[in-house]
Parts: sequence; structure tokens; C-alpha cells
Amino acid sequence: MEDVLQQVISGLATGSVYAIVALALVMIYQTTHHVNFAQGEMAMFCTYLAWALLQKGVPYWLAFAAATAIGFVVGAAVERVVIRPLAQAPVLAVVVVFIGLLVIFNSVAGWAFGYSVQTFPSPFGGGTGLWGGMVSAHQLGSLVVTVALLLLLFVFFRFTPWGLALRAVAENPASSSLVGIRVGSMLALGWGLASAIGAVAGMLVAPIVFLDPNMMMSVLLYAFAGAVLGGITSPVGAVVGGLAVGVLENLVGLLIGNELKLSVALALIIGVLLVRPAGLFGRVSVSRV
Amino acid sequence: MTPLLQVRGLQAWYGATQVLHGIDFEIPAGAILALLGANGAGKTTTLRALCRMQVRTAGAVAVDGVDVTRHATADIVRLGLAHVPDGRGTFTQLTVEENLRLGAYTRRDRAAVDEDTRTMYRHFPRLDERRLQRAGTLSGGEQQMLAIARALMLRPRLLLLDEPSFGLAPLVVEDIFAILRRINQASGVSILLVEQNAVLALELADRACLIETGRVVLSGSAAALRNDEGVRRAYLGQ
Repeated sequence: MEDVLQQVISGLATGSVYAIVALALVMIYQTTHHVNFAQGEMAMFCTYLAWALLQKGVPYWLAFAAATAIGFVVGAAVERVVIRPLAQAPVLAVVVVFIGLLVIFNSVAGWAFGYSVQTFPSPFGGGTGLWGGMVSAHQLGSLVVTVALLLLLFVFFRFTPWGLALRAVAENPASSSLVGIRVGSMLALGWGLASAIGAVAGMLVAPIVFLDPNMMMSVLLYAFAGAVLGGITSPVGAVVGGLAVGVLENLVGLLIGNELKLSVALALIIGVLLVRPAGLFGRVSVSRV
Repeated sequence: MTPLLQVRGLQAWYGATQVLHGIDFEIPAGAILALLGANGAGKTTTLRALCRMQVRTAGAVAVDGVDVTRHATADIVRLGLAHVPDGRGTFTQLTVEENLRLGAYTRRDRAAVDEDTRTMYRHFPRLDERRLQRAGTLSGGEQQMLAIARALMLRPRLLLLDEPSFGLAPLVVEDIFAILRRINQASGVSILLVEQNAVLALELADRACLIETGRVVLSGSAAALRNDEGVRRAYLGQ
């Protein structure tokens, strides 16, 4: 029983990272109706920048803030330079561009920082013994950061004019420009935010999976599964889906074995989607033909 | 005095298809102009072309003497043109209150915005009752009221209305037109009205233009058009 509880807690901790990345995917999907396959690699790249700053002796939270800010700029720049010109392009063209971005960020990181695995420090220390060894300091810290981030995003989207404008643009860009919203700037803002919170996820997961150019590959897969499970149209669904995938992954590992945990977890998700194609919290979108 | 809106030789294309072939009209401040015409004549396109929305345009459009032919949609809106598009363009996932807040998105005078919100709820008590409901759950008439209220939250100088009567029960339509008249008289906002229902449109408007296949074929005072033999036969069913 204690094992199960422990796996649930650590599943929530890794799941919180999936949840953040899933949320980033949903934010992009809501405004552009594309899945940004490069989301994980952009986060990895920002994590490397934080690592480089840490190597130079910059204090942790300063490096954290800088990498998050750079993440914002990178995201906004990708929207402006690469995505906006493709606004009218066919879906496949955009998918190819995202895959291209994935490879570019991956190889640029490898070229600039090397492919050898690096350790990335946790700001919460290496403590392992909290609550009778059930949860590590880093796991607890990750959960706290995730909850704080979600609260911040909630306040932003619910109570600020920019958040309201972003929701408006996600629903109806044409009407948004008719109330004077500069849709392009809002898209750049959305991309910047998604990329910034991706960077946070990268820095939270790096102490666990270690830093290397491929570290976000499986995270992105799990996050994508979480987003689809929760419903790609629902921010709440993305968070719940991400957490669920984290917990599921660990429980399957405990009960069935580590070799099969990815397959079984994904099989369960496919099962849910067969019954509810729009995901647990998603809305079925109906479009007139 | 320069008219509030001056349109000269306005042309518009969807892709390679030309829909407007040189439209001219103007609207003095405070006036109501109706655009009449059959389906596909180019009325909706004219409104879209004024805001440079979803359509390629040529020709000259000036708002208060300012040439806006190269402006982006959001910047034209910021000059005081509020467009209620066909299909209403409300944000169905957002609440009534959020829709109104978006209407005032470009304004920074918060106290006056709050005051205007209360005014809208006075004009449209139904919206007041449904403040926290998602716009998508409103009836067609309520959504049309919301679309108009949202547009007025901009404190526009010119209100562009695309078929405000479309799909609504006659009583609701009468309501909406009465409110439009009241708002026009109270705040002096000019109105450019596109309407299939020519009887209603000519009752509300001061002047009217008749559009056929992308050209203005007749324009004059609302009374003159009401008495025009061709208009009577083709559009008023008399």
C-alpha cells in the first residue's frame, strides 16, 4: 500500500511536468489548431541556456527567470518568423515545419552544448526523506511550482484584458480584430507564454531525467498523450490529463513492470479515446460543411 | 464639413472574383444610411471592405477625412468604426459580460466603460439577466442584442450593422430597431445598415443606397426610395 502511495505521489510530480507541457500544447492548439511538435525541444533548448548560465555562476533563480524570459522571446519569435507566414498553409506543410523546428532545436543544442549527459541542479536540494521517505524535496518543489504556475495562468486568463483578448482570439480571430484586438500580437503573446512555461517544465524535469538534447522527447510524448486524454480543447483537461498520465505510468510500472509501462499507459489512453474521442474534458467541435 | 465616412470607387475581390465594382457614398455625422439590395448584390462585402476584413480592396475610404485604405482592421476599429458582422460575431464561449468587456477593449477610461456597461444593461435588460451566461447559450435575438451592445461599448462614431433582423421573430426585430433609433438619437452615433427587410430599413434610415451586382444603382432620401416605382416593386413587394 505504501508503495502504491509513493508511486502516486511521484507520479503526480512527474505528471505535473507533463501537465505544464500539455498546457503549452493546448495553448498553441487553441489559437492555431496545430500541435507544436517542437514544444519539447524549445523547452530543452531553454533549459540548456539556464544550465550555461549556472555554469557561469549565476544564482539558480536568476538563471531560471532568464531562461523563462528567453523562452518567451523564442516562442514569440518562432510565431512571427515561421508560423505567421504559414497561416493559410495546408496542415501537412505546418506539420513538416514543426518537425523541422524540432530537429533544428535538437541539433543546435547538441552542437552548442554537446551530446554528453549533464546533471542539472534542483533548487529544492537533494533531500529524500520527507514524510518518511515518501516524497523527495524536488518532487514536492515541482508540484508547488506547477500549482503556482497554474494559478498565475488562471489569473492571467480570467482577470486581465490580455488574457481575455487571448481567449477571444482563440475562439474567433475575425471578431477579435473587429473589437480592435491586434490578432498578430496576441498570437505572438500566446506562443511566448506557451514557450516560457515549457521552459519551466524543462528546468523542473532536467534534475530527474538529466540534461541532454533528447531529454524532452519522451516528456513531449507523455504530455501529448495527457493533452489528448484530457481533451486538446480544454486547459483544465490538459492539466488533469498530464497528471493522470504521470500517475498511470508509475502505477503500471509498479504493478506490471517497467518494460511495459509506456505501452500499457498508452493502451489505456487509447481505450479512453475510443469511448470519448474528444478526451475527458474536451468539447466535440461541430463544423458546418 | 467633411462627412464622417466617405467612400469613393470602392472595389473588392474574394480571391480572383470581383464583387464590388466601384461604390460611392458618404455618411454625415449622426446620419443613418441603409444599403439595400438582393442577395449577393455586395452589401455584406461593402461592410467588410470598409473594415478591410477577409477581402481584398481598392478605392478610397476616409473616416473623418483620414484615409484608411492601408489600415489594418484593428486600426480602423480604433478610429471608431464598430462592425456587427453577419452571423453576429459574438464570442460564444465567453460570458455576456466578457463580450461587453471585449467591446471596450481599446478604451482606457475605466469609469466611463463601467458606466456604459450599465447603460447597455438598461437598453437590453435581457442581457443583464444573463450577465454570467455564455453567449452561446443565448437565443438568437439576445445574441443580436449582445452583438449590438458589444459594438456600442467601443463608443463608436459609426456603427456598421449587417442584417440585424436576420432569423429573428418580428417582435424582437421591432425591439431592436426601436433601440437603434433611441441610441442614434441619444448618442449621435451614425449607422450604416445592411438589411434585406427594406420596409424596416427605410423606416429607420435617413438615406439609402440601392446596390445591384456590386454597383450603386440608386441613392437618395429614404422617403424618395420608398416612393420609387422600381424599389416598390422589387424590394417592398408593393
